[in-house]
Amino acid sequence: MQSTSYTYLTNIAGQVRRDIVRMVHGCQSGHPGGSLGCTDYLVALYFQIMKHDPSFNMNGRGEDLFFLSNGHISPVFYSVLARAGYFPVKELATFRKLDSRLQGHPTTHEGLPGVRISSGSLGQGLSVAIGAAQTKKLKGDNSLIYSLHGDGELQEGQIWEAAMYAAHNKVDNLIAAIDVNGQQIDGPTEKVLSLGDLKAKWLAFGWKVFEVNGNEMPEIIRVLELAKESAFKGVPIMLLMQTNMGHGVDFMMGSHKWHGVAPNDEQLELALKQLNSTLEDY
Amino acid sequence: MKKYTFTEKKDTRSGFGAGLLEAGRRNPDVVALCADLVGSLKMEAFIKEFPERFFQIGIAEANMMGIAAGMTIGGAIPYTGTFANFSTGRVYDQIRQSIAYSDKNVKICASHAGLTLGEDGATHQILEDIGLMKMLPGMTVINPCDYNQTKAATIAIAEHHGPVYLRFGRPVVPVFTPADQPFEIGKAWTVNEGEDVTIFATGHLVWEAIQAGEELEKMGISAEIINIHTIKPLDVESVLRSVAKTRCVVSAEEHNRLGGLGDSIAQVLIQHDPVPMEYVAVNDQFGQSGTPAQLMKKYGLDAEHIVKAVQRVLLRKKSTVTSLV
Repeated sequence: MQSTSYTYLTNIAGQVRRDIVRMVHGCQSGHPGGSLGCTDYLVALYFQIMKHDPSFNMNGRGEDLFFLSNGHISPVFYSVLARAGYFPVKELATFRKLDSRLQGHPTTHEGLPGVRISSGSLGQGLSVAIGAAQTKKLKGDNSLIYSLHGDGELQEGQIWEAAMYAAHNKVDNLIAAIDVNGQQIDGPTEKVLSLGDLKAKWLAFGWKVFEVNGNEMPEIIRVLELAKESAFKGVPIMLLMQTNMGHGVDFMMGSHKWHGVAPNDEQLELALKQLNSTLEDY
Repeated sequence: MKKYTFTEKKDTRSGFGAGLLEAGRRNPDVVALCADLVGSLKMEAFIKEFPERFFQIGIAEANMMGIAAGMTIGGAIPYTGTFANFSTGRVYDQIRQSIAYSDKNVKICASHAGLTLGEDGATHQILEDIGLMKMLPGMTVINPCDYNQTKAATIAIAEHHGPVYLRFGRPVVPVFTPADQPFEIGKAWTVNEGEDVTIFATGHLVWEAIQAGEELEKMGISAEIINIHTIKPLDVESVLRSVAKTRCVVSAEEHNRLGGLGDSIAQVLIQHDPVPMEYVAVNDQFGQSGTPAQLMKKYGLDAEHIVKAVQRVLLRKKSTVTSLV
């Protein structure tokens, strides 16, 4: 891939980060930390890696599908969907407001294009992704399923039910990713409930594991391409993605304190100074 | 006029198994999932004919509900199979978020509901599932009464787009609905026309209501028996039409009296036509081990208790009429 293309993707990521802090500031609620940390991954998926159609059809036949399991990082999901053409960018201003399609956590219920499952209550998305992957196989559809999960989310038992099932059933058209930022609401995961050796765990569960720096665009693209090449080989695929919570805004970076807190006017201004507007603000 | 004929005894779960096979033959999108209870749910025939459309999940009901939700994306129509307790209480949040709130076309098929599961005891005898499921917006709740009706309902729900909770049971019980009777979701079935009281019954209690009706007839009491197989959406029109004639009501269900069929009927009556009503249901208790017949008697769910409830409600109806005079 040409370096100009990385610049293009990095520019989009910069705009998405502006959207995130402005959306969360606009309603004075929401989750900026994880959203900023996962921005590069989602931009890579929707602007480079996935074969998808913004005119949106729920069944998505012939398309790669993405499922967000850690639904609280809805700001990044909504911004990326809007910037990719799923719905008008100006609708981002309605985030978390009454009668909006952009609910606090993503849902199909209000008919927002691009969303295929409700998420927010944690631990459910891997099962959903597996189900969608199995229907693709049943229908002879050779496109891929992607899913994203928080690391704290791995404390939910359903994730491990799904992990066991996917390996047993050779769900090899699935590329899941975990946002390993080491933070959750009550503090560092190591203090709240240690996740242990994640790589060893997923390997032991029978998955192919890739490790990647989730805030380095060229590396994300490289590893996602490798993951694609590893699909359809009998094993489900997991990306362990090291990210900084709050990446791109210095005072939000690396701390659980910005998991679910909105910036005030002054903090917004400080944040926006660090993020270039490349596609025009909504 | 009686519209039922006793033919033989069969379990409703076998009606589900037969219906699943037929639904699978009629619609290639129908797939089945099971959490390690294939034999109990009578899914073998479907698995034999459509092995590639069957998914053994293992003992992981939460994962099963999520996978079913995901499978709908792309057009599959998943039927999940496990006991009623593990189909509802164990996985309520998965159903709520990934299926109901996500508008997913999943058919949650729940066997061994209620007390008639028998000897396994209260850990497995869920009596709260109708309430749990009917409170979810958009969820259709169906509790058929015999083999034929369960089979017909299992076939019919494939044609209905949206989440469905289909509840049936373990024991062998009388078959009395016509084998060729089409199943209409949300349309009550008048089993027996009468004048003095309406008995609204669902599931295994429909046969008990029929037995009660025959006893009542000997006493000179004419009972209208209406089978409410679809608890949600409730056939409000049929309820009100019958009550307008009989002016008193007994509800009968194998469920906690809180949150079940009785409460759905009572809500309609309170709003439109308040008449005396009695419940035949479990009185906010857990069950216990025993044979189905012993449990139905002990917890007040058999024909004898329906007769007593009718006698109580008729006294109240009479006193209401007297006080009005």
